[in-house]
Amino acid sequence: MSSAVAEPKTDRKIRVVVAKPGLDGHDRGAKIIARALRDSGMEVIYTGLHQTPEQIVETVIQEDADAIGVSILSGAHMTLVPKILELLKEEGVDDVLITVGGTIPNKDIDDLKAMGVSGVFTPGSPTEAIVEFIRSGVSRREL
Amino acid sequence: MEPTSTPAADKAASDAARKAAEAAEKEFTTMSGKSIRARYGQEDLQGDADVKIGEPGRYPFTRGPYESMYRGRNWTMRQFAGFGTVEETNERFHYLLDHGQTGLSTAFDMPTLMGYDSDHARSLGEVGREGVAVDTIDDMEILFQGIPLGEVSTSMTINAPAAILLAFYVLVGEQQGVPSEKLSGTIQTDILKEYIAQKEWCFPVEPAMRLVTDMVEYCTDQMPRWHPISISGYHIREAGATAAQELAFTLKDGFTYVERAIERGIDVDAFAPRLSFFFNAHIDFFEEIAKYRAARRIWARELKETYGAKKPESMRLRFHTQTAGVSLTAQQPLNNIVRTAIEALAGVLGGTQSLHTNSFDEALALPTEEAVRVALRTQQIIAEETGVTNTPDPLGGSYFVESLTDELEADAYEYFRKIDELGGMVEAVRQNFPQREIGEAAFDFQRRVDDGEFTIVGVNQYVTEEEEVPLLHIDPALETKQVERLAATKAKRDSAAVESALASLKEAAAGEANLMYPILDAARVHTTEGEMIEAMQEVFGTYTETPVF
Repeated sequence: MSSAVAEPKTDRKIRVVVAKPGLDGHDRGAKIIARALRDSGMEVIYTGLHQTPEQIVETVIQEDADAIGVSILSGAHMTLVPKILELLKEEGVDDVLITVGGTIPNKDIDDLKAMGVSGVFTPGSPTEAIVEFIRSGVSRREL
Repeated sequence: MEPTSTPAADKAASDAARKAAEAAEKEFTTMSGKSIRARYGQEDLQGDADVKIGEPGRYPFTRGPYESMYRGRNWTMRQFAGFGTVEETNERFHYLLDHGQTGLSTAFDMPTLMGYDSDHARSLGEVGREGVAVDTIDDMEILFQGIPLGEVSTSMTINAPAAILLAFYVLVGEQQGVPSEKLSGTIQTDILKEYIAQKEWCFPVEPAMRLVTDMVEYCTDQMPRWHPISISGYHIREAGATAAQELAFTLKDGFTYVERAIERGIDVDAFAPRLSFFFNAHIDFFEEIAKYRAARRIWARELKETYGAKKPESMRLRFHTQTAGVSLTAQQPLNNIVRTAIEALAGVLGGTQSLHTNSFDEALALPTEEAVRVALRTQQIIAEETGVTNTPDPLGGSYFVESLTDELEADAYEYFRKIDELGGMVEAVRQNFPQREIGEAAFDFQRRVDDGEFTIVGVNQYVTEEEEVPLLHIDPALETKQVERLAATKAKRDSAAVESALASLKEAAAGEANLMYPILDAARVHTTEGEMIEAMQEVFGTYTETPVF
């Protein structure tokens, strides 16, 4: 089958860093999402557990990521996410789509979005919705 | 007369036939994907069914560890609690005891679980978030203030630094005038499942295993009423394992601890009766019940036949149950009360010795007092209203339950064989075998949910607008308060004594002595958890996972 006409100009795969900050070990969600993103054709870099915000931002820069999925189930999202955002800003990284997943109360979701997080996904979010969100979010940025 | 045939009647008939054919073809499975037949009968109780099923309280204990089960004594209602500082948690402990809870269970925060003090850079934002922060013996003293440690049994969920927290507890007992041989309770200490599933570690696998064996030895000598390891399937299941994987990996972890203790020269009948288990109660009712029954039978057989236990108490598997956190939904949270009740009932019908019921708001935050009360009341309703406690193992002999028990047992042995081929559990963990199996199962289950093959009410079916429930808010100022307390302890202690205790601990770590004694000495002079962990890390090194997904 050939449908080359509508293909985007670059054939570079979308690069996503799946990041697990904090000290908790709840990596079930992060690993499922990492695998679903990879199965959908993206390049996935999973940081592994217990990463500091500094380590995560370094990975994002080194891997030239288009998007980052931060997975937090420790309740420390209001400390860790602002820190990651601040470090990205300091490093002049402003073209990365930022998503957060985990046990995040509604009130905090609004605050995170106001800080610059594009999407927040709580338990029960369909995997496909997350994949689609990242795909369309990244391609919109590239236009 | 011939039946009249109309197009409408033909269509109805063919629809009915199609539906019947579909029903015949549709596969019925447990949530773990185990195939369930349309009928179970006498033929499913083949072979030595009488011996395999047996009697409650008798080998192989399929029907329960005790003859009278809940007629003799109800299970211990033990709600896991811990958040913020030790003052808040102490208050929650008193609240729970005042409401009829019969044992305590302590949740520590992530820094404590990972061996970081509250003032460590890595602890920022995590102090008191998912449990209570304990840095020194001073914290432990406040945590158990007003609670008679000689009377209440306490469970502590901590693994990599378990030896240190046990030392703190022993010393608080001493302060209350309760000698260590009178303390009763459980400390989790199950480090293998940390590498497999919960992922809170401090050291590489081998030195961590040594520390576990040191604790088993210490408790066998000094704490006859204490359970030094709670061999835990709970976290394995939460990470996405099937029921069979939870069963197999947990039991195999248990056998590995038994082997280490025997190698140390401890008599199996001296420590095996003090080993206990901790299983998940997930939402597939009968599969869970079968899992507990299979666990008891396998443990009894292996302890007797492979490890040479002579005492029935060594063969008798006793377990704590917690309802499945992962089955709770953030959507329509009140539905979680129903899920938890059904899961708790499975634990009870499976013969649990103690039970934690989750609170309905826990997919959103740590539970509020009201939510915890409903969870505790759920247990009280099962215990005192439903009549399910009237006779032991009421499901024993059910064709279906016995058959499912046999199947899970066979699945577990298949995993034991694979793990043995890899060189045993420690080696299998190093090779990421259980981690990979669990990851596959978790991914497969998510796919079934996404595809609508597995229904989760309120998530992929019967979705409605959200109702808001009040959530527990943890004051970020608590972190500062804890850090200040730690600074105060550090300021008033004898720092030369701390230095010398740490030097002795390092020396012991480099040699072969039992580490519990130098840890107790260090704890006594107010050495912090983090200082002791760092000292041991200088000898043992640390652990980094190679993640698989």
